[in-house]
Amino acid sequence: MQRRTLLALPLAAGPAWAQTAETYEAAEQSILAGRLASPSGITIEMPTLSENGNSVDISIRVESPNTRADHVTAIHILAEKNPIPRVASFTLGPRSGRAEVATRIRLATTQTILVLAETSRGQMHRAAREVIVILGACVDGG
Amino acid sequence: MSTPLAAPRIRAPRSARAGEVVEIRTLMEHPMETGLRQEGGRTIPRDMLTRMRVRLNGEALLEAEFRNGTAANPFHVFFVRIDRASELEFTWTDEAGRTARATHRIALA
Repeated sequence: MQRRTLLALPLAAGPAWAQTAETYEAAEQSILAGRLASPSGITIEMPTLSENGNSVDISIRVESPNTRADHVTAIHILAEKNPIPRVASFTLGPRSGRAEVATRIRLATTQTILVLAETSRGQMHRAAREVIVILGACVDGG
Repeated sequence: MSTPLAAPRIRAPRSARAGEVVEIRTLMEHPMETGLRQEGGRTIPRDMLTRMRVRLNGEALLEAEFRNGTAANPFHVFFVRIDRASELEFTWTDEAGRTARATHRIALA
């Protein structure tokens, strides 16, 4: 009985991407790498309600002195309920002058958007935002 | 046979004062197909850009790494501090290794 259950597992686990994809929690832990994130310093600008999940505007600004000694080195965007929770990662430097990036993302459904930022001093910042998606991005079966 | 990537579109000032932080906007036409979408019972093959690299006078300025969550026709806004007459060099790379390049010069005002 137990052996049969084990054999059935790969089929029960769903489509191929679901078996190989990193979970949302695992992606966050992997970026944090044991570091504690401060719940401040990041401003996320995005609509609270999005009609179309295929293209959602998001702008992220991280407070930073933007000096050679103290600047933002990375900004990561994660989407809790997307099939691939890691959306995009940006690597920046002191030459940016402003630790700010804007992009357009796909959202499968209503969910939490998580932004993690790393600084040259090894500090982590974290911010999360809820977004309601009316029509989700086509991720499986159109 | 692979088709070449589209010509990227860059919007940035042609000149800036020394020390000024200027806004750069980039748009790259690309379907960003995840390979998870179906149309008429057929899976649309995966076709994704994976990276955008921006260099300022030969030095790394910004690197963006895209996963499935980047929308079609990737559009980005970011900033750069201009200290001298500068050349920005943009490179997009897809999963098949194809690239598209663009350059933009900013003079000192």
